[in-house]
Amino acid sequence: TLAERTNLAGVRHILLVLSGKGGVGKSTISTELALALRSAGKRVGILDVDLCGPSIPRMLRVQDSAVHQCDSGWVPVFVGQDKAIALMSIGFLLERPDDAVVWRGPKKNALIKQFVTDVAWGDLDFLIVDTPPGTSDEHISTVEALRPHQLLGAVLVTTPQ
Amino acid sequence: AEAAELRARLRSVRHTVLVLSGKGGVGKSTFSALLAHGLAADETKQVALLDIDICGPSIPKMMGLEGEQVHQSGSGWSPVYVEENLGVMSVGFLLSSPDDAVIWRGPKKNGLIKQFLRDVDWGEVDYLIVDTPPGTSDEHLSIVQYLSATHIDGAVIVTTPQEVSLQDVRKEINFCRKVKLPIIGVVENMSGFVCPKCKNESQIFPPTTGGAEKMCQNLNVSLLGKVPLDPQIGKSCDSGQSFLAEAPQSPATLSYRNIIQRIQEYCEHHHFQEEKIM
Repeated sequence: TLAERTNLAGVRHILLVLSGKGGVGKSTISTELALALRSAGKRVGILDVDLCGPSIPRMLRVQDSAVHQCDSGWVPVFVGQDKAIALMSIGFLLERPDDAVVWRGPKKNALIKQFVTDVAWGDLDFLIVDTPPGTSDEHISTVEALRPHQLLGAVLVTTPQ
Repeated sequence: AEAAELRARLRSVRHTVLVLSGKGGVGKSTFSALLAHGLAADETKQVALLDIDICGPSIPKMMGLEGEQVHQSGSGWSPVYVEENLGVMSVGFLLSSPDDAVIWRGPKKNGLIKQFLRDVDWGEVDYLIVDTPPGTSDEHLSIVQYLSATHIDGAVIVTTPQEVSLQDVRKEINFCRKVKLPIIGVVENMSGFVCPKCKNESQIFPPTTGGAEKMCQNLNVSLLGKVPLDPQIGKSCDSGQSFLAEAPQSPATLSYRNIIQRIQEYCEHHHFQEEKIM
Protein backbone atom coordinates (compact mmCIF):
# COMPACT_ATOMS: atom_id res chain seq x y z
CA THR A 1 0.00 0.00 0.00
CA LEU A 2 1.05 3.60 -0.43
CA ALA A 3 1.20 4.14 3.33
CA GLU A 4 3.55 1.15 3.78
CA ARG A 5 5.88 2.44 1.12
CA THR A 6 5.86 5.88 2.68
CA ASN A 7 6.53 4.90 6.30
CA LEU A 8 9.53 2.63 5.75
CA ALA A 9 10.66 4.16 2.45
CA GLY A 10 12.98 6.57 4.24
CA VAL A 11 14.72 3.86 6.27
CA ARG A 12 18.10 2.89 4.80
CA HIS A 13 19.00 -0.19 6.84
CA ILE A 14 16.85 -2.48 8.99
CA LEU A 15 18.67 -4.60 11.55
CA LEU A 16 17.07 -7.37 13.59
CA VAL A 17 18.45 -8.27 17.03
CA LEU A 18 17.63 -11.90 17.72
CA SER A 19 18.56 -14.69 20.07
CA GLY A 20 16.32 -17.65 20.59
CA LYS A 21 17.30 -17.65 24.25
CA GLY A 22 15.75 -15.19 26.68
CA GLY A 23 17.66 -12.97 29.06
CA VAL A 24 20.94 -12.85 27.11
CA GLY A 25 20.86 -9.11 26.50
CA LYS A 26 18.96 -8.50 23.26
CA SER A 27 17.20 -5.37 24.50
CA THR A 28 20.36 -4.14 26.21
CA ILE A 29 22.38 -4.62 23.02
CA SER A 30 19.64 -3.05 20.88
CA THR A 31 19.67 0.01 23.12
CA GLU A 32 23.46 0.30 23.22
CA LEU A 33 23.70 -0.23 19.45
CA ALA A 34 21.18 2.56 18.88
CA LEU A 35 22.99 4.92 21.23
CA ALA A 36 26.39 4.12 19.65
CA LEU A 37 25.09 4.63 16.12
CA ARG A 38 23.51 7.92 17.19
CA SER A 39 26.84 8.95 18.72
CA ALA A 40 28.42 8.29 15.35
CA GLY A 41 26.01 10.78 13.82
CA LYS A 42 23.51 8.34 12.31
CA ARG A 43 19.71 8.77 12.28
CA VAL A 44 18.39 5.87 14.33
CA GLY A 45 15.06 4.28 15.22
CA ILE A 46 14.19 1.34 17.50
CA LEU A 47 11.19 -0.91 17.06
CA ASP A 48 10.46 -3.04 20.14
CA VAL A 49 8.32 -6.00 19.05
CA ASP A 50 8.51 -7.84 22.37
CA LEU A 51 4.82 -7.67 23.11
CA CYS A 52 4.87 -9.64 26.36
CA GLY A 53 7.99 -8.11 27.87
CA PRO A 54 8.82 -4.72 26.29
CA SER A 55 12.04 -3.60 27.98
CA ILE A 56 13.26 -0.76 25.77
CA PRO A 57 11.15 2.11 27.15
CA ARG A 58 12.54 1.65 30.68
CA MET A 59 16.09 1.32 29.35
CA LEU A 60 15.72 4.72 27.71
CA ARG A 61 13.78 6.23 30.63
CA VAL A 62 10.57 6.81 28.72
CA GLN A 63 8.40 4.18 30.34
CA ASP A 64 5.73 6.74 31.18
CA SER A 65 5.42 8.17 27.68
CA ALA A 66 2.30 8.05 25.56
CA VAL A 67 2.16 7.90 21.78
CA HIS A 68 0.17 10.01 19.37
CA GLN A 69 -1.09 9.62 15.87
CA CYS A 70 -0.43 11.92 12.94
CA ASP A 71 -1.68 11.74 9.35
CA SER A 72 0.85 9.09 8.35
CA GLY A 73 0.41 6.93 11.44
CA TRP A 74 1.93 6.57 14.92
CA VAL A 75 4.46 9.17 15.95
CA PRO A 76 7.45 7.52 17.63
CA VAL A 77 8.71 8.70 21.00
CA PHE A 78 12.02 10.55 20.69
CA VAL A 79 14.67 9.44 23.16
CA GLY A 80 18.36 9.74 23.94
CA GLN A 81 20.38 12.73 25.04
CA ASP A 82 19.44 14.82 22.03
CA LYS A 83 15.99 13.28 21.75
CA ALA A 84 16.90 12.15 18.25
CA ILE A 85 16.36 8.38 18.47
CA ALA A 86 12.87 7.35 17.38
CA LEU A 87 11.33 4.59 19.51
CA MET A 88 8.14 2.61 19.16
CA SER A 89 7.17 -0.08 21.64
CA ILE A 90 3.98 -1.71 22.74
CA GLY A 91 5.01 -0.56 26.20
CA PHE A 92 3.65 2.84 25.20
CA LEU A 93 0.22 1.47 24.43
CA LEU A 94 -0.38 -0.15 27.80
CA GLU A 95 -2.67 1.70 30.16
CA ARG A 96 -0.77 0.43 33.15
CA PRO A 97 2.81 -0.89 32.93
CA ASP A 98 1.94 -3.98 34.98
CA ASP A 99 -0.82 -4.98 32.59
CA ALA A 100 0.00 -8.33 31.04
CA VAL A 101 -0.41 -8.55 27.29
CA VAL A 102 -1.98 -11.98 27.24
CA TRP A 103 -2.56 -12.47 23.56
CA ARG A 104 -2.50 -15.48 21.32
CA GLY A 105 -0.52 -15.46 18.10
CA PRO A 106 -3.06 -14.02 15.64
CA LYS A 107 -3.64 -10.90 17.73
CA LYS A 108 0.11 -10.41 18.19
CA ASN A 109 0.61 -10.76 14.45
CA ALA A 110 -1.94 -8.07 13.70
CA LEU A 111 -0.26 -5.62 16.06
CA ILE A 112 3.22 -6.32 14.71
CA LYS A 113 2.05 -5.70 11.18
CA GLN A 114 0.64 -2.37 12.35
CA PHE A 115 3.82 -1.47 14.13
CA VAL A 116 5.89 -2.16 11.08
CA THR A 117 3.70 -0.33 8.59
CA ASP A 118 2.00 2.41 10.58
CA VAL A 119 4.83 4.16 12.42
CA ALA A 120 5.90 7.45 10.83
CA TRP A 121 9.65 6.82 11.06
CA GLY A 122 10.72 9.54 8.63
CA ASP A 123 14.27 9.31 7.30
CA LEU A 124 16.51 6.92 9.21
CA ASP A 125 19.92 5.42 8.53
CA PHE A 126 19.22 2.48 10.85
CA LEU A 127 16.07 0.91 12.25
CA ILE A 128 16.93 -1.58 14.98
CA VAL A 129 14.26 -4.16 15.67
CA ASP A 130 14.40 -5.74 19.14
CA THR A 131 12.67 -9.10 19.38
CA PRO A 132 11.45 -11.38 22.16
CA PRO A 133 13.08 -14.79 22.77
CA GLY A 134 11.98 -17.73 20.63
CA THR A 135 11.22 -18.46 17.00
CA SER A 136 7.48 -17.99 16.84
CA ASP A 137 4.69 -15.64 15.84
CA GLU A 138 6.50 -12.36 16.54
CA HIS A 139 9.56 -13.44 14.56
CA ILE A 140 7.68 -14.88 11.60
CA SER A 141 5.39 -11.84 11.37
CA THR A 142 8.18 -9.31 11.76
CA VAL A 143 10.32 -10.86 9.04
CA GLU A 144 7.28 -11.20 6.76
CA ALA A 145 6.26 -7.59 7.27
CA LEU A 146 9.81 -6.27 6.80
CA ARG A 147 10.84 -8.44 3.85
CA PRO A 148 9.65 -6.03 1.10
CA HIS A 149 11.93 -3.40 2.60
CA GLN A 150 15.69 -3.06 3.07
CA LEU A 151 16.38 -5.86 5.55
CA LEU A 152 20.09 -5.57 6.29
CA GLY A 153 20.36 -8.63 8.45
CA ALA A 154 20.32 -10.02 11.96
CA VAL A 155 22.65 -9.67 14.93
CA LEU A 156 22.42 -12.72 17.20
CA VAL A 157 23.04 -12.38 20.91
CA THR A 158 24.07 -15.19 23.24
CA THR A 159 25.82 -15.89 26.55
CA PRO A 160 28.64 -18.43 26.87
CA GLN A 161 26.78 -21.47 28.29
CA ALA B 1 -15.13 -35.00 24.99
CA GLU B 2 -11.64 -33.55 24.73
CA ALA B 3 -11.84 -32.20 28.25
CA ALA B 4 -12.97 -35.64 29.42
CA GLU B 5 -9.96 -37.24 27.71
CA LEU B 6 -7.57 -34.83 29.44
CA ARG B 7 -9.31 -35.31 32.75
CA ALA B 8 -8.97 -39.08 32.46
CA ARG B 9 -5.30 -38.89 31.61
CA LEU B 10 -4.48 -36.43 34.37
CA ARG B 11 -6.60 -38.06 37.04
CA SER B 12 -3.57 -39.92 38.34
CA VAL B 13 -1.64 -36.68 38.97
CA ARG B 14 -1.77 -35.53 42.60
CA HIS B 15 -0.03 -32.15 42.46
CA THR B 16 0.73 -29.84 39.55
CA VAL B 17 3.13 -26.91 39.77
CA LEU B 18 3.73 -24.45 36.92
CA VAL B 19 7.08 -22.66 36.74
CA LEU B 20 6.58 -19.27 35.11
CA SER B 21 8.37 -15.99 34.63
CA GLY B 22 7.45 -13.43 32.05
CA LYS B 23 11.15 -12.67 31.70
CA GLY B 24 13.50 -14.94 29.80
CA GLY B 25 16.79 -16.28 31.08
CA VAL B 26 16.03 -15.92 34.79
CA GLY B 27 16.32 -19.61 35.58
CA LYS B 28 12.91 -21.18 35.06
CA SER B 29 14.25 -24.36 33.45
CA THR B 30 17.12 -24.56 35.91
CA PHE B 31 14.66 -24.26 38.76
CA SER B 32 12.19 -26.75 37.22
CA ALA B 33 14.97 -29.31 36.79
CA LEU B 34 16.19 -28.88 40.36
CA LEU B 35 12.66 -28.94 41.76
CA ALA B 36 12.15 -32.24 39.94
CA HIS B 37 15.44 -33.67 41.26
CA GLY B 38 14.70 -32.37 44.75
CA LEU B 39 11.24 -33.92 44.89
CA ALA B 40 12.44 -37.19 43.32
CA ALA B 41 15.09 -37.59 46.04
CA ASP B 42 12.24 -39.16 48.00
CA GLU B 43 12.09 -42.50 46.22
CA THR B 44 8.52 -43.04 47.32
CA LYS B 45 7.39 -40.07 45.20
CA GLN B 46 6.77 -40.27 41.46
CA VAL B 47 7.79 -37.05 39.69
CA ALA B 48 7.02 -35.86 36.16
CA LEU B 49 8.69 -32.93 34.41
CA LEU B 50 6.93 -31.51 31.35
CA ASP B 51 8.81 -28.95 29.24
CA ILE B 52 6.37 -26.89 27.15
CA ASP B 53 9.00 -24.44 25.87
CA ILE B 54 8.62 -25.43 22.26
CA CYS B 55 11.04 -22.91 20.72
CA GLY B 56 13.80 -23.27 23.29
CA PRO B 57 13.48 -26.58 25.16
CA SER B 58 16.27 -26.59 27.74
CA ILE B 59 15.13 -29.48 29.92
CA PRO B 60 16.60 -32.40 27.88
CA LYS B 61 20.11 -30.95 28.12
CA MET B 62 19.74 -30.00 31.79
CA MET B 63 18.56 -33.48 32.71
CA GLY B 64 21.34 -35.20 30.72
CA LEU B 65 18.82 -36.60 28.25
CA GLU B 66 19.95 -35.04 24.96
CA GLY B 67 19.58 -37.41 22.07
CA GLU B 68 16.85 -39.47 23.72
CA GLN B 69 13.80 -40.29 21.65
CA VAL B 70 10.20 -40.74 22.68
CA HIS B 71 8.72 -44.22 22.38
CA GLN B 72 5.12 -45.05 21.75
CA SER B 73 3.33 -47.85 23.49
CA GLY B 74 -0.24 -49.08 23.59
CA SER B 75 -0.99 -46.72 26.44
CA GLY B 76 0.50 -43.61 24.77
CA TRP B 77 3.85 -41.83 24.63
CA SER B 78 6.39 -42.92 27.20
CA PRO B 79 8.21 -40.21 29.11
CA VAL B 80 11.99 -40.45 29.16
CA TYR B 81 13.13 -41.56 32.61
CA VAL B 82 16.12 -40.00 34.36
CA GLU B 83 15.49 -42.08 37.46
CA GLU B 84 12.88 -44.72 38.05
CA ASN B 85 10.72 -42.14 39.74
CA LEU B 86 11.51 -39.14 37.52
CA GLY B 87 10.08 -38.97 34.00
CA VAL B 88 10.56 -36.15 31.48
CA MET B 89 8.77 -35.00 28.33
CA SER B 90 9.89 -32.23 25.98
CA VAL B 91 9.64 -31.26 22.31
CA GLY B 92 13.42 -31.59 22.42
CA PHE B 93 12.96 -35.37 22.28
CA LEU B 94 10.95 -35.07 19.07
CA LEU B 95 13.62 -33.19 17.11
CA SER B 96 16.02 -35.04 14.81
CA SER B 97 18.80 -32.63 15.71
CA PRO B 98 19.16 -30.31 18.74
CA ASP B 99 19.81 -27.39 16.38
CA ASP B 100 16.52 -27.84 14.51
CA ALA B 101 14.49 -24.67 14.95
CA VAL B 102 10.82 -25.16 15.76
CA ILE B 103 9.33 -22.18 13.98
CA TRP B 104 5.66 -22.61 14.75
CA ARG B 105 2.84 -20.18 15.18
CA GLY B 106 0.62 -20.33 18.22
CA PRO B 107 -2.05 -22.81 17.10
CA LYS B 108 0.51 -25.48 16.23
CA LYS B 109 2.27 -25.01 19.56
CA ASN B 110 -1.05 -25.35 21.36
CA GLY B 111 -1.70 -28.60 19.50
CA LEU B 112 1.55 -30.13 20.71
CA ILE B 113 0.97 -29.04 24.28
CA LYS B 114 -2.46 -30.64 24.22
CA GLN B 115 -0.89 -33.80 22.80
CA PHE B 116 1.69 -33.88 25.57
CA LEU B 117 -1.07 -33.75 28.15
CA ARG B 118 -3.40 -36.15 26.39
CA ASP B 119 -1.04 -38.76 24.98
CA VAL B 120 1.84 -39.05 27.44
CA ASP B 121 1.40 -42.01 29.75
CA TRP B 122 2.71 -40.54 32.98
CA GLY B 123 1.15 -43.20 35.17
CA GLU B 124 0.58 -42.40 38.85
CA VAL B 125 2.31 -39.10 39.55
CA ASP B 126 2.75 -37.30 42.87
CA TYR B 127 4.18 -34.11 41.33
CA LEU B 128 3.81 -32.84 37.76
CA ILE B 129 6.13 -29.88 37.18
CA VAL B 130 5.55 -27.83 34.05
CA ASP B 131 8.40 -25.68 32.74
CA THR B 132 7.21 -22.83 30.51
CA PRO B 133 8.80 -20.42 28.02
CA PRO B 134 9.06 -16.71 28.86
CA GLY B 135 6.07 -14.50 28.17
CA THR B 136 2.31 -14.52 28.61
CA SER B 137 1.09 -16.00 25.37
CA ASP B 138 -0.25 -19.09 23.65
CA GLU B 139 1.67 -21.63 25.69
CA HIS B 140 0.63 -20.08 28.98
CA LEU B 141 -3.02 -19.63 28.08
CA SER B 142 -3.17 -23.14 26.69
CA ILE B 143 -1.54 -24.90 29.62
CA VAL B 144 -3.84 -23.16 32.09
CA GLN B 145 -6.83 -23.96 29.92
CA TYR B 146 -5.94 -27.63 29.36
CA LEU B 147 -4.92 -28.21 32.98
CA SER B 148 -8.25 -26.86 34.19
CA ALA B 149 -9.34 -30.42 33.37
CA THR B 150 -7.34 -31.41 36.42
CA HIS B 151 -6.20 -29.14 39.17
CA ILE B 152 -3.17 -26.85 39.38
CA ASP B 153 -1.81 -26.39 42.90
CA GLY B 154 -0.20 -23.17 41.81
CA ALA B 155 2.58 -21.31 40.06
CA VAL B 156 6.14 -20.62 41.12
CA ILE B 157 7.34 -17.41 39.52
CA VAL B 158 11.06 -16.93 38.93
CA THR B 159 12.81 -13.59 38.64
CA THR B 160 16.20 -11.91 39.01
CA PRO B 161 16.68 -8.83 41.20
CA GLN B 162 16.77 -6.08 38.58
CA GLU B 163 13.84 -3.88 37.62
CA VAL B 164 14.00 -4.93 33.96
CA SER B 165 13.07 -8.45 35.11
CA LEU B 166 10.61 -7.39 37.79
CA GLN B 167 8.60 -5.32 35.34
CA ASP B 168 7.93 -8.44 33.26
CA VAL B 169 7.31 -10.53 36.37
CA ARG B 170 4.64 -8.14 37.65
CA LYS B 171 2.84 -8.79 34.36
CA GLU B 172 3.13 -12.51 34.96
CA ILE B 173 1.65 -12.10 38.45
CA ASN B 174 -1.22 -10.18 36.90
CA PHE B 175 -1.64 -12.93 34.32
CA CYS B 176 -1.94 -15.48 37.12
CA ARG B 177 -4.57 -13.38 38.84
CA LYS B 178 -6.45 -12.88 35.57
CA VAL B 179 -6.67 -16.63 34.93
CA LYS B 180 -7.22 -17.41 38.62
CA LEU B 181 -4.02 -19.39 38.96
CA PRO B 182 -2.87 -19.46 42.61
CA ILE B 183 0.65 -18.18 43.16
CA ILE B 184 2.71 -20.40 45.43
CA GLY B 185 5.38 -17.72 45.52
CA VAL B 186 8.33 -16.00 43.87
CA VAL B 187 11.95 -17.16 43.64
CA GLU B 188 14.66 -14.53 43.24
CA ASN B 189 17.53 -16.09 41.28
CA MET B 190 21.01 -14.68 40.65
CA SER B 191 20.62 -12.87 43.94
CA GLY B 192 24.16 -11.89 44.80
CA PHE B 193 27.48 -13.63 44.22
CA VAL B 194 29.85 -14.77 46.94
CA CYS B 195 33.42 -15.00 45.71
CA PRO B 196 34.81 -18.45 46.56
CA LYS B 197 38.27 -16.89 47.09
CA CYS B 198 37.72 -13.72 49.13
CA LYS B 199 34.20 -14.52 50.33
CA ASN B 200 33.05 -10.98 49.49
CA GLU B 201 29.50 -10.64 48.24
CA SER B 202 28.78 -8.66 45.05
CA GLN B 203 25.44 -7.70 43.59
CA ILE B 204 25.88 -8.68 39.96
CA PHE B 205 22.27 -7.70 39.22
CA PRO B 206 21.63 -4.93 41.74
CA PRO B 207 18.04 -4.72 43.01
CA THR B 208 17.70 -1.07 42.03
CA THR B 209 14.00 -1.01 42.92
CA GLY B 210 14.08 -3.28 45.96
CA GLY B 211 14.28 -6.61 44.18
CA ALA B 212 11.78 -9.41 44.49
CA GLU B 213 11.35 -8.71 48.19
CA LYS B 214 9.84 -5.27 47.65
CA MET B 215 7.76 -6.47 44.70
CA CYS B 216 6.35 -9.34 46.76
CA GLN B 217 5.47 -6.97 49.59
CA ASN B 218 3.75 -4.59 47.19
CA LEU B 219 1.80 -7.31 45.42
CA ASN B 220 1.06 -9.43 48.49
CA VAL B 221 2.80 -12.52 47.15
CA SER B 222 5.04 -14.91 49.04
CA LEU B 223 8.82 -14.69 48.51
CA LEU B 224 9.87 -18.34 48.60
CA GLY B 225 13.57 -17.54 48.71
CA LYS B 226 16.64 -15.98 47.13
CA VAL B 227 19.24 -18.06 45.31
CA PRO B 228 22.76 -16.67 44.88
CA LEU B 229 24.79 -17.01 41.68
CA ASP B 230 27.13 -19.97 41.58
CA PRO B 231 29.14 -20.72 38.43
CA GLN B 232 28.69 -24.41 39.18
CA ILE B 233 24.97 -24.08 38.44
CA GLY B 234 25.56 -23.21 34.78
CA LYS B 235 28.18 -25.96 34.50
CA SER B 236 25.85 -28.59 35.97
CA CYS B 237 23.06 -27.52 33.61
CA ASP B 238 25.37 -27.72 30.61
CA SER B 239 26.54 -31.20 31.60
CA GLY B 240 23.08 -32.48 32.47
CA GLN B 241 23.83 -33.16 36.12
CA SER B 242 21.88 -32.20 39.21
CA PHE B 243 23.56 -29.16 40.77
CA LEU B 244 22.12 -30.18 44.15
CA ALA B 245 24.04 -33.46 43.91
CA GLU B 246 27.23 -31.95 42.46
CA ALA B 247 27.54 -29.05 44.94
CA PRO B 248 25.73 -30.08 48.13
CA GLN B 249 27.59 -27.47 50.22
CA SER B 250 26.88 -24.48 48.02
CA PRO B 251 24.79 -21.67 49.55
CA ALA B 252 22.70 -21.90 46.37
CA THR B 253 21.93 -25.55 47.13
CA LEU B 254 20.79 -24.64 50.62
CA SER B 255 18.49 -21.95 49.17
CA TYR B 256 17.07 -24.29 46.55
CA ARG B 257 16.41 -27.00 49.14
CA ASN B 258 14.58 -24.57 51.43
CA ILE B 259 12.46 -23.33 48.54
CA ILE B 260 11.66 -26.86 47.40
CA GLN B 261 10.57 -27.75 50.90
CA ARG B 262 8.28 -24.73 51.07
CA ILE B 263 6.69 -25.74 47.77
CA GLN B 264 6.17 -29.27 49.01
CA GLU B 265 4.56 -27.98 52.20
CA TYR B 266 2.28 -25.69 50.20
CA CYS B 267 1.13 -28.58 47.99
CA GLU B 268 0.59 -31.00 50.88
CA HIS B 269 -1.28 -28.42 52.95
CA HIS B 270 -3.39 -27.37 49.97
CA HIS B 271 -4.31 -31.00 49.30
CA PHE B 272 -5.17 -31.51 52.92
CA GLN B 273 -7.43 -28.46 52.89
CA GLU B 274 -9.16 -29.71 49.73
CA GLU B 275 -9.75 -33.08 51.31
CA LYS B 276 -11.18 -31.41 54.38
CA ILE B 277 -13.62 -29.48 52.22
CA MET B 278 -14.64 -32.61 50.36
